[in-house]
Amino acid sequence: MRIRQLTYIVYYLKMNIFFYITAFVTLFSTIMVITRHNPVHALLYLVISLLSLSVIFFLLGAPFVALLEIIIYAGAIMVLFIFVIMLLNLGKETAAQEKAWLKPRIWIGPVILSTILLAELIYLITTAQLPSYNLQTVDSKAVAISLFKPYLIGVELAAMLLMAGVVGAAHIGQQKKTVLHRFLKEEEPQ
Amino acid sequence: MNTPISIEIVMLLAGILFVLGIVGVIIRKNIIFMLLSVEVMLNAAGLAFIAAGSRWAQPDGQVMFIFILAMAAAEVSVGLALILRIYQQHKSLDIDKLKEMKG
Amino acid sequence: MDHLLWLIPAFPLVGFIMLSLLGRHMSRFWIAIIGAGSVSLSAILTLFIGFNFLSLAPPEGHYSQTLWAWLEVAAFNPKITLYLDALSLVFVFVITFIGALIHIYSVAFMAADKDYARFFACMNLFVFSMLLLVLADNLLLLYLGWEGVGLCSYLLIGFWYENPSNGYAARKAFTITRIGDTAMAIGLFVIFYQFGTLVIPDILTLAPSVWHEGATIATVTALLLLAGGVGKSAQLPLQTWLPDAMAGPSPVSALIHAATMVTAGVYLIARMHVIFQLSPTAQMVVAGIGAATLLIAGFSALTQYDIKRVLAYSTISQIGYMFLALGLGAWTAAIFHFMIHAFFKALLFLAAGAVIEALDHEHNMFRMGGLKNKLPVIFWTFLIGSASLAALPIISAGFYSKDQILWYAWASEQGNLILWLIALLGAFITAAYTTRMMVLTFWGEAKTAIGHYPGKLMTVPLMVLAFFSLFAGFIELPHNFGQFALFSDLLHQVLPETMLKAGIHGELLFQLLAFIATFCGIYLAYIFWYKKPQLIEKSKQSQLAMNLYKYWLSGWGFDQIYQVLFVKPIVFIANINKNDVVDKLFQGITALTLHLHRLLSFTQSGSLRWYIIGLVVGAILILSIQLML
Repeated sequence: MRIRQLTYIVYYLKMNIFFYITAFVTLFSTIMVITRHNPVHALLYLVISLLSLSVIFFLLGAPFVALLEIIIYAGAIMVLFIFVIMLLNLGKETAAQEKAWLKPRIWIGPVILSTILLAELIYLITTAQLPSYNLQTVDSKAVAISLFKPYLIGVELAAMLLMAGVVGAAHIGQQKKTVLHRFLKEEEPQ
Repeated sequence: MNTPISIEIVMLLAGILFVLGIVGVIIRKNIIFMLLSVEVMLNAAGLAFIAAGSRWAQPDGQVMFIFILAMAAAEVSVGLALILRIYQQHKSLDIDKLKEMKG
Repeated sequence: MDHLLWLIPAFPLVGFIMLSLLGRHMSRFWIAIIGAGSVSLSAILTLFIGFNFLSLAPPEGHYSQTLWAWLEVAAFNPKITLYLDALSLVFVFVITFIGALIHIYSVAFMAADKDYARFFACMNLFVFSMLLLVLADNLLLLYLGWEGVGLCSYLLIGFWYENPSNGYAARKAFTITRIGDTAMAIGLFVIFYQFGTLVIPDILTLAPSVWHEGATIATVTALLLLAGGVGKSAQLPLQTWLPDAMAGPSPVSALIHAATMVTAGVYLIARMHVIFQLSPTAQMVVAGIGAATLLIAGFSALTQYDIKRVLAYSTISQIGYMFLALGLGAWTAAIFHFMIHAFFKALLFLAAGAVIEALDHEHNMFRMGGLKNKLPVIFWTFLIGSASLAALPIISAGFYSKDQILWYAWASEQGNLILWLIALLGAFITAAYTTRMMVLTFWGEAKTAIGHYPGKLMTVPLMVLAFFSLFAGFIELPHNFGQFALFSDLLHQVLPETMLKAGIHGELLFQLLAFIATFCGIYLAYIFWYKKPQLIEKSKQSQLAMNLYKYWLSGWGFDQIYQVLFVKPIVFIANINKNDVVDKLFQGITALTLHLHRLLSFTQSGSLRWYIIGLVVGAILILSIQLML
């Protein structure tokens, strides 16, 4: 209830400005993500990017998904990343390695390609004559009904997908202990 | 200035974020960073869906984003498990060292 | 009776199928039982059906059994119909009876061979095809049998395929007979075009009304059919394959190249006699070919040193007699000579095979000798066969048949002096080379020792055939001996009477002249090769004699002529395209594909970033296409 009231207030309060500021934050933090040497830094910038995206979702009238983004994406997936970085012990050497790999020279090719792609996207989006309209809020009740009625199968499939992911990750990540007789013990290859 | 947000702007933002993600994937050699850039791309796509759903006042956009979320979670878990394995075997996270499937 | 007709060819066919599929799992005993037994069953059934045919004449003079419809395309619907009239009965009797005897002989002859089952399978298939040929009601079924015997001839000539020259002889036989087969097929096309049917009785009734006597189209058709006969029966100019076909085992030579396949041409011409009668030109050609062949082959037989080649040239010569008779309009005489010839030639081949076996594969007559007392049964049967071949008067069956032909060469409406003189000269030469063969093989000193003696399974068929070679002639006595002409009476149901010139007489005089020719031939050979062999040494000095000898030995040089005329140009043309221009096109396609593959495999570098760049470039391209359209 309170969230709905909040959205209506925000809407009336110069929503545009908020949008542009948040958009700028998102862009800036994403650029930081792809340019940092230290993995943990990049990760933190990504978390910021996700949070600002969440605000944008909020502004677009999708409160449910905004919260979902924070809880799941920033809260679970990014934590997974951090765990892995911890397990792999990526520290100063990684940062130095990244620095060696990321010379300014190698930015040229991808930047050119991406600029072309971006130009095309911009052209396609702006030349499409779309009527302007009011962005509407779709609250969680509507989403829930939609999930349970037309998209029920999708939910079941997503559940199966997640289970497959869990089982797969568990199996792949397994570390088998090889037991050797003490006479046969030699340098085990890692 | 109560003009509503036009959908082109949001789509534009999504597009720019997507391209940034692509640049990240192409540029970085470390697998972890490539995965991070893929997450960026996924989010950009999700933003586009939310914007479209908001424009038509239908929950379908958000439903799609939820599915993207589920898929990203599964993908990241499996992907990171694979990265652990790769690190175990090759002792390096350089993607250029993983070239065995050539020819 | 009609419904039993299908069994006659069915027994050998079943034998072929069983032997070809299961042959390698059977013991020799069972292979022999199935192989020889199937043809023997056919022979017994033929005797039974023949007896019925002769005792109570069937309505319309033939038995007919339709098995099923073969094709049905618009107006063309040949059926598988078996048709037995007097002419077919004679042929079926010869094929099954002599075939059975030869199969029994081969049980012992091929006993040591490792491909026992394959031999009998091919022989059974051959008997089946030949029976189909003579029992066929329509020309298409006849052509099926025709091709079948050609195939089996190829398979059996090249039976010992490990020796490449046998394969060469088999291919030569097949190719040369193929030339005749093609001409015959064109003849079948013409017949179908003219008559709209290939059913033989229908054609024979329709022909006089559709074509008038002496029509060009009749001549053309007759000549095309004649070409087919010339190929299969090894007459001029397609006779070169038969001497080389002696590379096959002796039973094969006896069955295929003496008694049956080579007489398929005679059968065809006799069967389609109405067409030939409509074209006197074609008949003249037939007679001419027969006469020329019998002389050429006779001279060649006089010089050969391989006993089987003598018999091969002798076969060509005797079939020349049959063609001569057909050309003169002496239809029944030709068939009579065919039947008698089948008996004595099969006998001669089998006996020669026994001699060759006994002497451990010695083919050269000049290294044989003195076998008269050592191999008595073979000697006496061979003697009887040779007597028949030389047409010894009265006692041998060959006399009755050959004498008839000699008489008709003078006395029939189309006969003339030249043809008679040629036939007489042929009789003289026949007697000469036959005596030469006998003398060299059985008299004189033994130059090769006998390896092993032939057993009962080989000698009993020889004795049966010898019996027939002696007594089978008595069913058809010459007109001045009496009016006992059983054989031609039977065949006059199917074949027309021979027209004699008006007011002709003096058959006895011609018979006496034939006696004299025969005895002169025998005496000449006796002198040259037994009594005074030094005459041969003297003639070796003369250059002319030596040249003639070489020329006749090579079969009048036909092989060399064909080599220059046909073989060399074709080989030359084939060599031009040795690397097959057309194939290069297809090789080019594969080369191009391989090249593209190698180019494309560079794109699969295994580097993930490379693939991602590819994705991005692809996305750009697709979007730009979207933009442009």
